[in-house]
Amino acid sequence: MPEATTTAPAPAALSLKYGEAINAALVRLLTEVPETLLYGEDVAKPGGVFGVTRGLRRRFGDRVFDTPISESAILGSAIGAALMGRRPIVEIMWADFSLVALDQLVNQAANARYVSRGEAPAPIVVRTQQGNAPGACAQHSQSLEALFLHVPGLRVVMPWTAQDGYDALLAAGHSDDPVIVIENRTLYAGEKTEVRIDGSPRPAGWTTVRRPGRDVTVATWGAITARVLAAAERLAADGLEVEVVELTWLNPLDLTAVLDSLGRTGRLAVVHEANVTGGFGAEVLARVAESGVPLSTAPVRIGTPDSRIPAAPSLAEALVPSVDAIAAQLTKLVQEKP
Amino acid sequence: MGDAQVLDTTRGLADLHGLWRIRILEEKVRELRLSGEIVGSVHLAIGQEAGPVGVCTELGADDAVFATYRGHGWALARGVPADAMLAELAGRTTGLNGGRGGSAYFTAPRYGFHGENSIVGAGAPIAVGAALAGKYDGSGRIAVTVFGDGALNQGATHEALNFAAAFKLGVVFVCENNLYSELTPIADMVAEPELHKRAAAYGMPGERVDGNDPAAVRDAARRAVERARAGEGPTLLELMTERLVGHYIGDAEQYRPPGEVERAKQAEPIVRLRAALAAAGVTDADLDASESRAREEIEQAAGTALAAPIADGATAKEHIYA
Ligand SMILES: Cc1ncc(C[n+]2csc(CCOP(=O)(O)OP(=O)(O)O)c2C)c(N)n1
Repeated sequence: MPEATTTAPAPAALSLKYGEAINAALVRLLTEVPETLLYGEDVAKPGGVFGVTRGLRRRFGDRVFDTPISESAILGSAIGAALMGRRPIVEIMWADFSLVALDQLVNQAANARYVSRGEAPAPIVVRTQQGNAPGACAQHSQSLEALFLHVPGLRVVMPWTAQDGYDALLAAGHSDDPVIVIENRTLYAGEKTEVRIDGSPRPAGWTTVRRPGRDVTVATWGAITARVLAAAERLAADGLEVEVVELTWLNPLDLTAVLDSLGRTGRLAVVHEANVTGGFGAEVLARVAESGVPLSTAPVRIGTPDSRIPAAPSLAEALVPSVDAIAAQLTKLVQEKP
Repeated sequence: MGDAQVLDTTRGLADLHGLWRIRILEEKVRELRLSGEIVGSVHLAIGQEAGPVGVCTELGADDAVFATYRGHGWALARGVPADAMLAELAGRTTGLNGGRGGSAYFTAPRYGFHGENSIVGAGAPIAVGAALAGKYDGSGRIAVTVFGDGALNQGATHEALNFAAAFKLGVVFVCENNLYSELTPIADMVAEPELHKRAAAYGMPGERVDGNDPAAVRDAARRAVERARAGEGPTLLELMTERLVGHYIGDAEQYRPPGEVERAKQAEPIVRLRAALAAAGVTDADLDASESRAREEIEQAAGTALAAPIADGATAKEHIYA
């Protein structure tokens, strides 16, 4: 616990939903970091299409504002403002929409620090959300983290719990690198949980063992962590103990946590919602292989098969890994002869 | 509007029927969304029906229409059967795209309806390409791209406008200005709210049109289409209209000032055309028949759509590659 302060009598913990926790982090950044700007489509007066930025315009005035539907200008202007010392936090409403402005992320933001030898970094925070929810269309369903992770210079965090949402935003706001915070819209409607809102920003790169187990390590991230835990719960009833390691940050990545876990289990599966080919799961497997840590069975990647994402729920459900599918693959993995 | 022209009542009745078909289809979609037969994001165009009705009568079978997620009405006006469309929205095997497209992204090229699009501004450059192909394939095809006021703030739209103008391509850019981009008024997001004026900078005609009057839309569309067919290049039409519903089903519309929707209801296309036709001597019986025929068609279509089986998950990976 952080030490008590003489000034802010704010409660140390609040009961918050995922989106509310992110809102709380934005409040704190806007309050404590006067250079912070917050903008994007529908974020200010309407308070965001998911209500995440509700109340911030009223509270912080024109440091919070709505923009035209111009993703290139949103990201580009954030870079420019950051070069001049502001701390912009911008929203790209759906991760899919970042694709119309990839130049600003890949050629501009990611290069700024490097080519200036550190003299002109562009520390921006991009908040976005992704993933599949029933009835979303093919242009509103993709999991794109691997695309961003291929780009050196960009940091990527995918918080799953409300606490991690709060901590991730706070860390991103204080980071001197461009950080993409990828939320998942299926989380916004979740339960309220206790969220500690005081204390100093957590350094980027944390990983959490969500469940201890001795038979197999699952490395996972994002909203699908819930399905992994449900599968683990089910398998526990059959006596199979799954250790679930949630990688909140994908860059910087805490591989040590995965390797430590593998030292206990000797078996590895990665589970993500993104497509398998070129997914970040492939990277985790490759790094584990390079580490030389011995595995007793071949590792597996569990993800959405390489497909476009259909609108009809019956079709989408057949693709995105279900609790059943995850449990079945983990069982098979453990039953394989060492 | 306000012109002393005698109303062509035959044309007017046909238009009224066209407006009703779209209105009733969308009301059915809303009903099915609320009952759970349709899930996910649905964007209705209730109040905006005069655009598709006015434009599509000027188009030939080879012409290519590119719409947005708010595109049900444009598809219907292009001749896409309502049952296949409803089946698509409800995720049925018999849907236009077998459930892959859904409400916001379906496509029916056989009907000259080359897709909705859920990325704001993305349709405009694609329409430019359809017109470009028309220059080479001897079809005489022109392309129509439909988008909202907010889409004019996308880089892709600017690029498309200039590209089409520079090469005198047969594109009709139809901006449905319903005054809002999602939850934000367009007036707050541009310094010049008369969006049609942008056309001048690209070297093409731009026109602001009463977008709730199918006849006015048709007249403007005819000029644009003739120009496109004659190889004189693109036109930007700004259809002034208002949606009588939220951006999507479930939108609480807190951003709309009190009284706005009520006022818009006085000026919406069906109320207006019906009154004009009645004043021109069309009987109530004829006016009512235009509505009830549309209602019958859509009811039947919904019955057919919902009787079909849910899309089979085992087929989800089909059609990714040739
Ligand atoms: C590139 C992109 N950015 C943002 C969105 C989210 N979005 C969906 S509809 C919409 C508003 C579009 O407004 P407008 O172009 O005026 O069309 P309308 O919805 O009024 O028909 C926004 C911002 C999107 N789909 N694509």
